Amino acid sequence: MNLDWIIAEAGTIGTLFLWHFGLSVVPVLLSLVLAIPLGWLAHRSGFMRPFWLGLAGLFYTIPSLALFVLLPLVLHTRILDPINVVVALTIYALAMLVRTVADGLSTVSPETLQAATAMGYRPAARFLRVELPLAVPAITAGLRVAVVSNVSIVSIAALIGTPQLGSLFTQGLQLRFLTPIVTGIVLCIVLAALLDLAVVWAGFRLSPWNRSNK
Amino acid sequence: MKAIVAKRLAEVAAALGGASARATSARKVAIGSDCSSQGIIIWNAKTTSLRMINRLITPSSGSISIDGEPTEKMDVVKLRRRIGYVIQHAGLFPHRTVVENIATTARLSGVTRPKALATARELLDRVGLGGEFANRYPWQLSGGQQQRVGVARALASDPQLMLMDEPFSAVDPVVRTQLQDEFLRLQRDIGKTIIMVTHDIDEALKLGNQVAMLRTGGTLAQVATPRQLLAQPADNFVADFVGRDRGYRFLGFAGTADAVRLVSEPTVRLGATVDEAKAAALGRWVLAVDDHERPLGWVDLDRPFTHVRQDGLNLSGTLSAQGEPLRALLDAVLSAPSGRGVVTDADGRLLGTATLASVSSVLEDGRSRDWAEAQP
Repeated sequence: MNLDWIIAEAGTIGTLFLWHFGLSVVPVLLSLVLAIPLGWLAHRSGFMRPFWLGLAGLFYTIPSLALFVLLPLVLHTRILDPINVVVALTIYALAMLVRTVADGLSTVSPETLQAATAMGYRPAARFLRVELPLAVPAITAGLRVAVVSNVSIVSIAALIGTPQLGSLFTQGLQLRFLTPIVTGIVLCIVLAALLDLAVVWAGFRLSPWNRSNK
Repeated sequence: MKAIVAKRLAEVAAALGGASARATSARKVAIGSDCSSQGIIIWNAKTTSLRMINRLITPSSGSISIDGEPTEKMDVVKLRRRIGYVIQHAGLFPHRTVVENIATTARLSGVTRPKALATARELLDRVGLGGEFANRYPWQLSGGQQQRVGVARALASDPQLMLMDEPFSAVDPVVRTQLQDEFLRLQRDIGKTIIMVTHDIDEALKLGNQVAMLRTGGTLAQVATPRQLLAQPADNFVADFVGRDRGYRFLGFAGTADAVRLVSEPTVRLGATVDEAKAAALGRWVLAVDDHERPLGWVDLDRPFTHVRQDGLNLSGTLSAQGEPLRALLDAVLSAPSGRGVVTDADGRLLGTATLASVSSVLEDGRSRDWAEAQP
């Protein structure tokens, strides 16, 4: 380990860390916004539910490098545009979160739903005020997996030149220099742990009623 | 399909025939919510009929109207907001505190949040839960407490009509009796039209002004007051349903213990010596009372003791309060080790005792005057 190198490169490393942070968080937030209506549709689709959830899961099997390379052709963006990475990672997170949301909605007891309907909730209000809040613990659990796995997938984008902590790996390999690689790994783990904590905290704040929070 | 629907509507008709409702035909049912009464249906698939009233299930033909207004013409959400609904296991919202749960129906009816929460706190008190429960979540309550919150939630929008679907069946027998007693007290205070479904015949007889009994298949077997149901079951189905103990159950409706002649009972206080107890006693047993003349239990003079002590008392005898049905008095007589049933006033103070002979003479008297025809 070469501490002088770390001190000398601190500014660059900081920038890469922020990029990595942004590229990990933005796609998960985008996919969550999309996964709520899509998960609801899958949840409501009766016998077609396994089909839709299977289809969503299929996107996760696309090799990430292939997706990074192909997206510019589909989106007509430049190959170095970070938008490509954001879109690719949103697709991956979405593949996970659609199932998470559908499963979360199915944890809500039918008795509770029936009581809500009988009391005179309209369908949209029932979804927003009863079903979704009750699905928060399950969605939080899925979101933690999505966020952490996103942190690791982001580093692959170094291969197509998008700046983030993965750039430290390619740099280290090219220079046969271990310090950047170790620094990158440590910062990735720190970032994943911080984001995981943030999701847990948000889930806790959104479900004070959850008995496992006590 | 039509036959089934018609049957189900007949079910509704039967249920409502029991409340303040008229079944103008098997296809048309009218509910009036202007007077207070409870109707009770007994049947295994009867939940369906309740759900037809608030249109959780839509009848494909026929019509149900409330206060002259056909429900199928109403906005379904507005209809449901007008009707209180209580279900088994309460169906509380797990993510809302007790007061928030109760306030839900008021909020849905357009009441402002502070006002709804104030109403909720009042109702919490009314259903016998203290303010300390206000900010708890449903999982922190027992089954009986949840059920009370469920009733309070249905009341918060001040509906004229309430539907209760086996509201007390998921709690243990002791809590169930408490909830039933509170239901009767609450109903005296608030006076709603309540249509309740239960499979428990004793509950139906205890809570209903009118009880509708339905056969398997949804046809109406009988609509009657609990008293008539026991004294004059329409057919074997009803007779079987009200059961083997109907003679004993009928005592619940056969007048009060007031007609029974009471004998004054000698008593001892805690701390009395064995000689004092023997001097007072009429036989083997003597009744111990506290300083306010409230019965504590029976002292057995055949057992060796020096002073009357709380832990030496026989507690097997039940108490019957003045004004309670003969059923309670007979139970007190049968359960007392001395064979003398203890009767107290409303404050629990000893009035006297009754023997089996005195109860049975009142029963014989009543039979000769034909109870079935007499009004309670």
